[in-house]
Amino acid sequence: MSRNRDAAPTGEPLAGPILRFDGVGMRYGRAAEVLRDVNFALAPGSFHFLTGPSGAGKSSLLKLIYLAERPSRGTIELFGRDVEAIAPADRPFLRRRIGVVFQEFKLLDHLSAFDNVALPLRIAGGKPEAYRHDVAELLAWVGLKARMHALPPTLSGGEKQRLAIARAVVGRPDILLADEPTGNVDDAHALRILKLFVELNRLGTTVLIASHDEDLVARSGQPVLHLDKGRLRAFGRNVRTEGA
Amino acid sequence: MSEMFDAGRWKPGPLLPRRDPRDGSLVFVVAVLCFLACLTALGALAANRAAHGWTSQLTGSATVVVRAQGAESPDAAAGRAAETLAGVKGVSEARALEKEKAEALLEPWLGHEALLDDLPIPRLVAVDLDPKVPARAATLDQALKAAGIDATVDDHSLWIADIERGAGIARWSALSVFLLIASAAGAVIAFATRAAMAAHRETIEVLHLSGAQASFVVRLFQARFAQAAALAGLFGAAGAAIIGALARLAGGGQGLTPVLPVAWIDLLAVVPTPLLAALVAAVAARLAARGLIGELA
Repeated sequence: MSRNRDAAPTGEPLAGPILRFDGVGMRYGRAAEVLRDVNFALAPGSFHFLTGPSGAGKSSLLKLIYLAERPSRGTIELFGRDVEAIAPADRPFLRRRIGVVFQEFKLLDHLSAFDNVALPLRIAGGKPEAYRHDVAELLAWVGLKARMHALPPTLSGGEKQRLAIARAVVGRPDILLADEPTGNVDDAHALRILKLFVELNRLGTTVLIASHDEDLVARSGQPVLHLDKGRLRAFGRNVRTEGA
Repeated sequence: MSEMFDAGRWKPGPLLPRRDPRDGSLVFVVAVLCFLACLTALGALAANRAAHGWTSQLTGSATVVVRAQGAESPDAAAGRAAETLAGVKGVSEARALEKEKAEALLEPWLGHEALLDDLPIPRLVAVDLDPKVPARAATLDQALKAAGIDATVDDHSLWIADIERGAGIARWSALSVFLLIASAAGAVIAFATRAAMAAHRETIEVLHLSGAQASFVVRLFQARFAQAAALAGLFGAAGAAIIGALARLAGGGQGLTPVLPVAWIDLLAVVPTPLLAALVAAVAARLAARGLIGELA
């Protein structure tokens, strides 16, 4: 795996948090706010789970981080920069530092599994000979060695999920966001995926995983951001682990 | 097959599908509109040529009716008038028509039997005018009077205003129809491109969220749709050129009808069609891609 830092306008080490929400609110159109007064900060290299019931605002919060939505109020700082002050031309370079596992996968159906995983590196301007062995290795690691040629529509839900994870981590992002990454896989694969995230985290990637899987969250022992009705109710403590 | 995968030999696949079933309808619609636009362009050129022909035939000539006076014979009077007119500045040629030709001109009205020898049939002089500086009817009249010839000069001015007006209407009508069809073709190409682009929204979103710059995405779609429109433009233009060539072959220099004469050179008018279609589609794709990225951003 290789990092895309060369393309990033700000690649210097951060003294402060890698991500900071300060009084953030968010709404879709004129509807009521789905996120309200959200305040938290993630240190570089930290690992957190984002929990909460359906409709709590987990996916919306992730969208704000990967720059797919904008806050209706408050300030979000990403890599030490106010996201609202980032020029449109610089935003793609910031996105390359964020790996995202989408809940609905967002795979390109006409591209092979191998091409889908190679996509972020290709977009970043990498040369195929520089990354193709990394891509093959990663696909083998997520258990898709025999499916490298396969097109996404021919893959099972679990295979698609693992493919989406491989694509998200292939560029060794500074931040990895995952929206229900173990939702379609069995326990064995869920643990395997969790281990991959932990390994990436050990290499310096900040990880934030939105998950319903309470057992997985508890087993991980990682701190939790708990959202409820758009408000951040708990931050840092892994209640299940500490209470066990 | 999966065991055969060799990462060392892997080459990146196309970021957009090579074939998309939706492209077929786009190509068909663009091809039909380009075909219609090319046909109207050929029609406009033919109408322009016909209109030019009508007016140049009338403005390039005059007819002089000569009446013999005294003992001079009609033929002598006509000969003298032709000689006089040939010397006038702005006249290329003047020739007296034989009695038979004058009678032939009157035959539709008087009938063959009525053309008796003792009828005072006027003699005609056909005058070809210099196309660059044609002599005016008044000048011809003055020259004839100065030579003592009783004659009436008809420079077709009675007809020419109507013919020119008709030619102008034909020209502008053809041009208007062409512009209308060409604009409609452009609008439909743009609309169809935008509709096809909307179908690629998910691809744009994935590229965008994977860190692709707007210019990267725009170039990708611009090239794709320009290529499809160019191909469609080529089909449309080729179809119209075939119709134009058939019209030329079937009717010679006058095309299928003297009203719309087609020349071989007119067929060149369809040549820029693929380029123009590609340009319109590229601009539409560019704007649509920018719009979609703007919505995502």
